[in-house]
Amino acid sequence: MTAIPYSPDYAAPQTGRTTYLNATHTIRSWLLTKDHKRIGILYMISITIFFMIGAGGAALVRINLLTPAGILSEPAQYNKAFTIHGVMMVFFFLVPSIPATLGNFLLPLMIGARDVAFPKINLASWYLLIIGSSFALSAILFGGVDTGWTFYTPYSSTFSNTHVVLMIVGIFINGFSSILTGLNFVVTIHKMRAPGMTWFRLPLFVWAMYATSLIFILGTPVIAITLALVAVERLLRVGIFDPALGGDPILFQHMFWFYSHPAVYIMILPSFGVISEVITCFARKRIFGYVFVAFSSVAIAIIGFLVWAHHLFDAGISVYSGLIFSLLSFLVAVPTAVKVFSWTATLYKGSVSLETPMLYALGFIGLFTIGGLTGLMLATLGLDVHLHDTYFVIAHFHYVMVGGAIMAYLGGIHFWWPKMTGKMYPEFWGKIAAAITFLGFNLTFFPQFVLGYLGMPRRYHAYPPEFQVYNVLSTAGASVLAVGYVLPLIYLLWSLKYGAEAGPNPFRSMSLEWQTPSPPPTENFERTPICSQPPYAYDLQTPMGSPVPTAAAT
Amino acid sequence: MDMESPLRIFPDSAATQAWRTDVLFFFELTISVLFVLLIAGAIVYMALRYRRRSEDEVPPYTPSPAIIEWSFMVVPFGIMLIMFFWGGYLYVQDRRPPPGAMQINVIGKQWMWKLQHPEGPREINTLHVPVGRPVKLVMTSQDVIHDFAVPEFRMKMDVVPGTYTVEWFEATKTGEYHLFCDQYCGELHSRMVGRVVVMEPEAYQAWLVGTVPNEPAAVSGARLFQSYGCAACHGQRAPTLAGLYMSKVKLDDGRVVVADEYYLRESIIEPAAKLVAGYGPIMPSFRAQLTEEQIFDLIEYIKSLGLAMDTSVPGALPTGPETRPSTQPFNGYRPDLLPNQPPARQPPTYNETGGSPTRE
Repeated sequence: MTAIPYSPDYAAPQTGRTTYLNATHTIRSWLLTKDHKRIGILYMISITIFFMIGAGGAALVRINLLTPAGILSEPAQYNKAFTIHGVMMVFFFLVPSIPATLGNFLLPLMIGARDVAFPKINLASWYLLIIGSSFALSAILFGGVDTGWTFYTPYSSTFSNTHVVLMIVGIFINGFSSILTGLNFVVTIHKMRAPGMTWFRLPLFVWAMYATSLIFILGTPVIAITLALVAVERLLRVGIFDPALGGDPILFQHMFWFYSHPAVYIMILPSFGVISEVITCFARKRIFGYVFVAFSSVAIAIIGFLVWAHHLFDAGISVYSGLIFSLLSFLVAVPTAVKVFSWTATLYKGSVSLETPMLYALGFIGLFTIGGLTGLMLATLGLDVHLHDTYFVIAHFHYVMVGGAIMAYLGGIHFWWPKMTGKMYPEFWGKIAAAITFLGFNLTFFPQFVLGYLGMPRRYHAYPPEFQVYNVLSTAGASVLAVGYVLPLIYLLWSLKYGAEAGPNPFRSMSLEWQTPSPPPTENFERTPICSQPPYAYDLQTPMGSPVPTAAAT
Repeated sequence: MDMESPLRIFPDSAATQAWRTDVLFFFELTISVLFVLLIAGAIVYMALRYRRRSEDEVPPYTPSPAIIEWSFMVVPFGIMLIMFFWGGYLYVQDRRPPPGAMQINVIGKQWMWKLQHPEGPREINTLHVPVGRPVKLVMTSQDVIHDFAVPEFRMKMDVVPGTYTVEWFEATKTGEYHLFCDQYCGELHSRMVGRVVVMEPEAYQAWLVGTVPNEPAAVSGARLFQSYGCAACHGQRAPTLAGLYMSKVKLDDGRVVVADEYYLRESIIEPAAKLVAGYGPIMPSFRAQLTEEQIFDLIEYIKSLGLAMDTSVPGALPTGPETRPSTQPFNGYRPDLLPNQPPARQPPTYNETGGSPTRE
């Protein structure tokens, strides 16, 4: 091995060192930065704000449902609240969450590159997000939208009296942010890998980013066109989706879900990448079945494009298309099962340390497993006839999106916080927050499975009194969950000033991003790293406590 | 349904497909619980058994045999195939009403349900049905997409404007059950609810007799048929309608289709879409003239014509005012040949604020 031994003074806090954070100080230097790390931070700040707006919508929804008659006096207010929640969370938080923050920050570091392939386009992507979100926020400020985040026609195109077009313009513009980010990542992964960083030495997070980027590039144009057609029908009365104008309302659902189901994988594939990194690091093990796990991401991205009509089993599609899309939906569960089993098997004979990121990761596996298994029930045609459009579906996709994607996002933020800021998060409070999030999440969403099987429909402002018990439980759980989300916000900001110095590699990870100081210098690595080892080769670590860097400076 | 009970964890079963659905649900629930226990148990066990004992611990390399990876794929997929075939079998049953099912026509509109019995009664938001008899719902919407769902029947189907969707059930237990609109349809979506009242057959008959008398749909349809002058062509320049329902129709492009409700509706509002072999595209669209209820009435009339009856003489059915305007050659769409006066019979008037026109 050509590796140079780990030098102890490299690990010591290096005061006075120039990092990407202190290289320049002006606001202008941040707003015009082409550094992928700073752009990642810009994304993180913006989507945290979007998350809070979306969470505000969720709070209104949960408070309203405390009583059967609905606490909000007007049903229209409730309809706008769940639309704000859905649109902000899906299009402006979950889709950019891991790819645009952690992905932007980590992808070049992980493959030993200086930056992404197109730094200016990367900055443009962030501005597109900001412009798009301005339209969406102005739609909310001018009075809101009441179509739900799914914009089903002909309600959205000819019936709703709210600011649908403004919202659509926002999502349309934001779509270009996704497309450009995806393009940037694909080119970066193909062209910018460090010497020796072969495809099968890539960290699994990079594989996940690659699969996500494929969906960004191939799927996002379809939603953009679909929503543009809704706007055209709304503004010009051209019959596309409304049968009264000669259109076909189900066509919209086909086109919408052709993007929006793969979009579910945009939200969850990056999480898979985070979990693979965290589990291997805190078990000090190679991932079980690297090639299977890597290709399962790509398989999910590809098969994910072929399952859209499972949202239409009860929309009047033919029995035969129902059967085909049911089978394909089960098929996409196979690579997902591979991941869950492989993560679990990775713990075998490992050295397992239950620090905060690992708690989030293990919590993720539990919640995602429940989300996935209930997904099988919904893919089962005979059961979907009962469960579709009820709270069972709500519970299912929150187990995947919140229990999965947000747990992984928070786990990833904790894991890479020392790398991003150079400071450690407070471990005690981290564990408390992870536990509260897990508990609060289950309290919020498990009752909704029961509600769903009992038949409570989604998007109801008022409901029959026998459903109240479960709704009160769910709202109580949501307030616990809120504590779990506010805590990290407080102590992570606190740690910026008061946190302990992290050093370059506090978790002794083998991955390339940890083989450079924390926070990294603007150019990422002092010298171009050379990769000489398979990924996650923790068994090659020297027992003295000094990991051998996978990158050897030559 | 037992509305008094404060805490239910499982819905009542009140239709034949309810228990079939529940059996499959409990099968999948068992599998799911087993897998969750397996994975959670393995994680907790290994997190404790292999917990890090010293900071410098370096665990050994363990191989990941491909056979285990393949089993991670093959075993779950095998179990999923059972779910797929079982669920698919139920779906096919849910989607194929048995022949001879009693038909109820359903129209959804923001934000109410209009329900029409073949014998005449028309209801709002409340559907009376007999127990133990298959009921087929032929549904359409007047505005946006709705969804007719009855949780106690484990039944649900979108109600889509511009087309017909079909679902069916056979109630097994008398009582009152929730009817929900399950597809978001605008401001008062959560108020688009009603109830399904399942009655003993005798009670149902008594209810039918006791309702405010409504004209059977076929009679209303016959009147429409005459007032719009349909008989001027059908049977002569246009295909005869006797015995048409559910028969096989040969189209001019060579296809053969079954003349179900969907086909009949399409042929009324978009006649050129499926032209019968040997006939020209002479019929105008009635999209703008007819409400969804009137289309249902016309279809009921066509169905009532049964087999081998001459449509040019609508037999014993009551005749409305003669509005057939002319017998001159009819070449394509001639608005002047359509009746100028409104149809002889207005659609039945409802108490639009809700409530069923029954004498309960």
